[in-house]
Amino acid sequence: MLVIAVEIVEEIVAHARRDHPDEACGVVAGPEGSDRPERFIPMVNAARSPTFYEFESGDLLRLYRDMDARGEEPVIVYHSHTSTEAYPSRTDISYASEPNAHYVLVSTRETGAELGAYELRSFRIVDGVVSEEEVRVVQALDQVEPPPNPQRRPSP
Amino acid sequence: MTVEVSIPTILRSYTDGAKAIDATGTTLDEAVADIESRHPGLRERLVEDGALRRFVNVYVNDEDVRFLSGLATPLADGDTVTILPAVAGGAEGAR
Repeated sequence: MLVIAVEIVEEIVAHARRDHPDEACGVVAGPEGSDRPERFIPMVNAARSPTFYEFESGDLLRLYRDMDARGEEPVIVYHSHTSTEAYPSRTDISYASEPNAHYVLVSTRETGAELGAYELRSFRIVDGVVSEEEVRVVQALDQVEPPPNPQRRPSP
Repeated sequence: MTVEVSIPTILRSYTDGAKAIDATGTTLDEAVADIESRHPGLRERLVEDGALRRFVNVYVNDEDVRFLSGLATPLADGDTVTILPAVAGGAEGAR
């Protein structure tokens, strides 16, 4: 299960809308081994493509150096699909290289850059095997109650 | 030449969990061969048909070796080699 603060969900969705129709991508880092997605880090999609994303090579090195220096790891690796559902594609599966990460996908196919319904789902991708997991959106990470505004929760 | 090679999480199963290992070689290719002699299987994860795999990034110090000489990139004593799988994907090939 992924437990994520509503504020981080909103950042991820806002990034996906901002970059629509290209795919948006990034990481939410957290202390190593904590499983706490705390630090939202939007990345540039070097591919600038509606069907592909890739972190730019120099950005990737700086990101990992920075996380290392802070004792962090990528708790979430997120990206958007802009015309298909929020489910890992064959491409996503073949490049997935963080066995400990939650792979979060957002689909903007319904509303594009506009506000409105969106689909956000989370998966583990290990050795080519995809398993979907429950996403629990909380007001803050240390609080287990769902946020008071149900419209802010991702569609199932 | 002895260099320090940092190993990404997904490849640490080859290094008994070590985040970084030492390797010797005058080029990246030699260092990879040296690593392979102690951690069999790692080379194949990095190299295909004599070249670095497209979705594995290798840096010598701060430079992506694609912008240097790839596997032929020379190494100096004390250099750091960083291996990072690309973070990539996308809807191409969506189900």
